Amino acid sequence: MRDWHMLTLVGVDRPGIVARVTDTLYRVGCNLGEASMLRLGGNFTISMMVEHAGGAHSLAERLEPVARALDLHLHVDPIRGALHRHVVPDVRVRVHGADRPGIVARVTGALAEAGLDITDLESDVAGTGERPVYVLQIEGVAQRGIDSLRAALERLGDGVETSLEPVDTVLG
Amino acid sequence: MTVLEVLTYPDARLKRVADPVERFDAALRGFVADLVRTMAAGPAAVGIAAPQVGRLQRLVIVDVSTRPRAAGHGRLVLINPEITAWEGHAVGREGCLSVPDYTGNVIRAECIRLSARDEHGGSVDYEMEGFEARVVQHEMDHLDGLLFLDRLVSRRSDLFARRDRGKGS
Repeated sequence: MRDWHMLTLVGVDRPGIVARVTDTLYRVGCNLGEASMLRLGGNFTISMMVEHAGGAHSLAERLEPVARALDLHLHVDPIRGALHRHVVPDVRVRVHGADRPGIVARVTGALAEAGLDITDLESDVAGTGERPVYVLQIEGVAQRGIDSLRAALERLGDGVETSLEPVDTVLG
Repeated sequence: MTVLEVLTYPDARLKRVADPVERFDAALRGFVADLVRTMAAGPAAVGIAAPQVGRLQRLVIVDVSTRPRAAGHGRLVLINPEITAWEGHAVGREGCLSVPDYTGNVIRAECIRLSARDEHGGSVDYEMEGFEARVVQHEMDHLDGLLFLDRLVSRRSDLFARRDRGKGS
């Protein structure tokens, strides 16, 4: 029986990592599911669903040589979950402002309390070293409606620029 | 009226260019009725194109009236449609009856002007914007063998920059 695992790899970015890792996975008979690779602070990061017969330990063993060759931290967990479980977001929130401690916690805390189920979050620090600017983009499902989220953002007050818009998805 | 089978990618017929409609007869109107029924039978679709049911003709149906936030013209039957003017660009999320279980971001013109024929062969012209304009562009792509998969942009696309570009230019 083949089970899904979550494989995460982190390390210094360089060209060709995805190709070498996925080639190894193919050669040992794994099936790939959903995956997301991001470059964060110059680091390569990837999380990928990998279907494999033989358990997490055996999967990690098979990947260990390529991870070592590419100097990547490797982590494998068995997961519950499957393909075809997409949730379509119905709201997008953007936040930006001068970078300061606690901003993500404040914003996401207020939104969670107002019923937001986050499906996708990207946060980044732009600007310069002296004047860092914080940028946050969130998509999610407004479980208690968009007005509830709008009110929560308004209560955040000064110093944080927020905007919110419904996401209407075409189906055609 | 019949509910027709909706083809799903990678059916090769979805990648072909459709031919213009030449005969505006009872058979065509019967097909339009079937297509309307097909669109209503599935999930909450706002449009459908003839190639999605394997009929390679330049005919689409658009109806955004089920979406409360979307301003629109009601149910439109657009035959041999041509977009004659575009303005602005925006990123928006799209899915497709022919690509189940996937949605992604696509850049479309925000405002369009459109000429087409109705099911009786009469000329119709529309100006539309926002969600309805997006749906029309999505459906018209089917007439040229294009799916929204062919136009996906990164989820990291800068929405602010994209939205501003093209406005007033």
